[in-house]
Amino acid sequence: MSALLEVSGVSVSFDGFKAINNLSFQIGNQELRAVIGPNGAGKTTFMDIITGKTKPDEGRVVWGDKSQSLLAMSESKIAQAGVGRKFQRPTVFEDQSVSENLMLALKKSRNPFSVLRFKASAEDAVRVEELASEIGLSGALTRKAGELSHGQKQWLEIGMLLAQDPKLLLVDEPAAGMTPSEREHTTDLLVEAAKTRAVVVVEHDMEFVRRLDCKVTVLHEGSVLAEGSIDHVTSDDKVIEVYLGR
Amino acid sequence: MSELSAGAIRRKPLVVQYPSLLIFLGCLALFTVAVTVLSEGFGIGVISTSFVKTLGKTLCLCLVALAMDLVWGYCGILSLGHMAFFGIGGYAIGMWLMYARTELIVIESLANQALPPTAQEISDGIATQIFGVVGASEFPPIWAFSHSLTLQLLAVILVPGLLALVFGWLAFRSRVTGVYLSILTQAMTLALSLYLFQNDSGLRGNNGLSGLQNLPGLGDVPQSVVSVWFLWASALALGLGYLACVAIVSGKFGSVIRAIRDDEARVRFLGYPVEAYKLFIFTFTAILAGIAGALYYPQAGIINPAEIAPIASIYLAVWVAIGGRGRLYGAVIGAAFVSLLSTWFTGGQAPDVNLGFYTIEWVNWWTVLLGLSFVAVTLFAPKGIGGLFDLITAKRSPDRHGADLGPDAGALREKEAET
Repeated sequence: MSALLEVSGVSVSFDGFKAINNLSFQIGNQELRAVIGPNGAGKTTFMDIITGKTKPDEGRVVWGDKSQSLLAMSESKIAQAGVGRKFQRPTVFEDQSVSENLMLALKKSRNPFSVLRFKASAEDAVRVEELASEIGLSGALTRKAGELSHGQKQWLEIGMLLAQDPKLLLVDEPAAGMTPSEREHTTDLLVEAAKTRAVVVVEHDMEFVRRLDCKVTVLHEGSVLAEGSIDHVTSDDKVIEVYLGR
Repeated sequence: MSELSAGAIRRKPLVVQYPSLLIFLGCLALFTVAVTVLSEGFGIGVISTSFVKTLGKTLCLCLVALAMDLVWGYCGILSLGHMAFFGIGGYAIGMWLMYARTELIVIESLANQALPPTAQEISDGIATQIFGVVGASEFPPIWAFSHSLTLQLLAVILVPGLLALVFGWLAFRSRVTGVYLSILTQAMTLALSLYLFQNDSGLRGNNGLSGLQNLPGLGDVPQSVVSVWFLWASALALGLGYLACVAIVSGKFGSVIRAIRDDEARVRFLGYPVEAYKLFIFTFTAILAGIAGALYYPQAGIINPAEIAPIASIYLAVWVAIGGRGRLYGAVIGAAFVSLLSTWFTGGQAPDVNLGFYTIEWVNWWTVLLGLSFVAVTLFAPKGIGGLFDLITAKRSPDRHGADLGPDAGALREKEAET
């Protein structure tokens, strides 16, 4: 299986502190992967490197069939290439309606001049409707995103990511602050999304990861400590020592 | 149901989407007709010519406030340098006005000579007339196109546009945002004004350009008529500018720039080249400001470097804040209201307040009042005057201060939580 994203030997340090230390990571085209690790393990920095927010000191980040390097690309170019990112805190545009939020994310030309001439077609409208029903916000299309509850905002953001139709979806702690039933819905959304694309979920809630039922990568001090099924990693001595703290 | 809401997502005609557009254009047309009817030049003469000019100038200020609202209220770039573009527009048209009028005077005065004057004599005569005050008698290179109205009109658009394009490209590319960008734009307008204050800048130093109210070749048309012409032109420019701004902010482009205002990084991760959008808005509004300036200064009659001092751009931000940023009519209302009030107070028409021990003279105290009202608006009515319209339409925006209600409150919505 050819890899969609290949991160190899990446290191980055902030003021002498090595946030990521010789990290290597691979993910295939239609794969669901959970990345876990204690605070300060470098999970967020890892996502920052893939999305272009942080440039690593050394190492390679190679993307797609054509083996493009993501390191020379800007954040917006990387996003256009097909990397979508969901932040820990729900970041939707609170002052705009749910449908405007989804329309913004819809996979269309991002060029200012074509956006200026953009008119939503019937298909676009239908697509927005579909997405809204997928994330349970059909009845809220005209409401401002700022009025939604925390969980609904999380879903709206996931909906926006689906609208972007990325090849790789990076999701940072999607279940944080959700009620149990909201969590269940979120799990379903992610598992469903991983059928057609690669999904990386960063999480430190073990229960949630267990429910995702996928391969798990454990990060510690900026590098990979263990990789495998959830049962495999939770029985690993090193993982138990640093992460589970037993 | 599905069809209905699908229709809501699709783009409707501008007027339907923005009912305020028709109301605005209607009010503007009504205003223009009313002033024309009441003017000395075309109507019954109730309004003095100088007041017609004040109203015409106010329309130009409304146009530049519109630009400021687009760049600040919608795109979140607090530019404190847009009056520089306004001034450049004024200088560009002023150069032609001054050249062409002086040329006529020089030709007339040389006509009595025995020999017909040579082109060189005329050119020298014009240069001596214009640059005598700064001790020069030759045209500086910057005046190379001043003989041509077409080229100077092009300059009204191109010079502010190019300056904004280069400045914006450098600033946005380096990801300069927020207060640092504001300071940078202040520095730009300060540098420009200091440069123009120099006698050898080629634009007559602190004398500036004057006599701009006289249109070359139309010396026998009275100012009462010319002032109404400029009022019409200013109203037309404001109307078209408003239309262009509505077209920009109403569609997806508007959605993108408001998103940039609220969370720039997030927009980047959606794949939008944020810098290109900012640059587009910055340049477009600079051009708008340039056009406004080109219409303003022929009505004011004089332009000098003090006009583009940093304080002018700060006033512009104050107008937009008081009028209500983030809504186009708010900017227009703010600029019209505050600048007319300012004219009234500083013109000595406002009655002084005698407190017994101290007399408040509004000519001096107006700036204090303006400053206090700016602070008051910022603290107590962040939506400005435009916010009053929300009371009529009962439109609510989400309260961002309470943040999310969080998982503890479940799916409770803001409204439910309040009651």
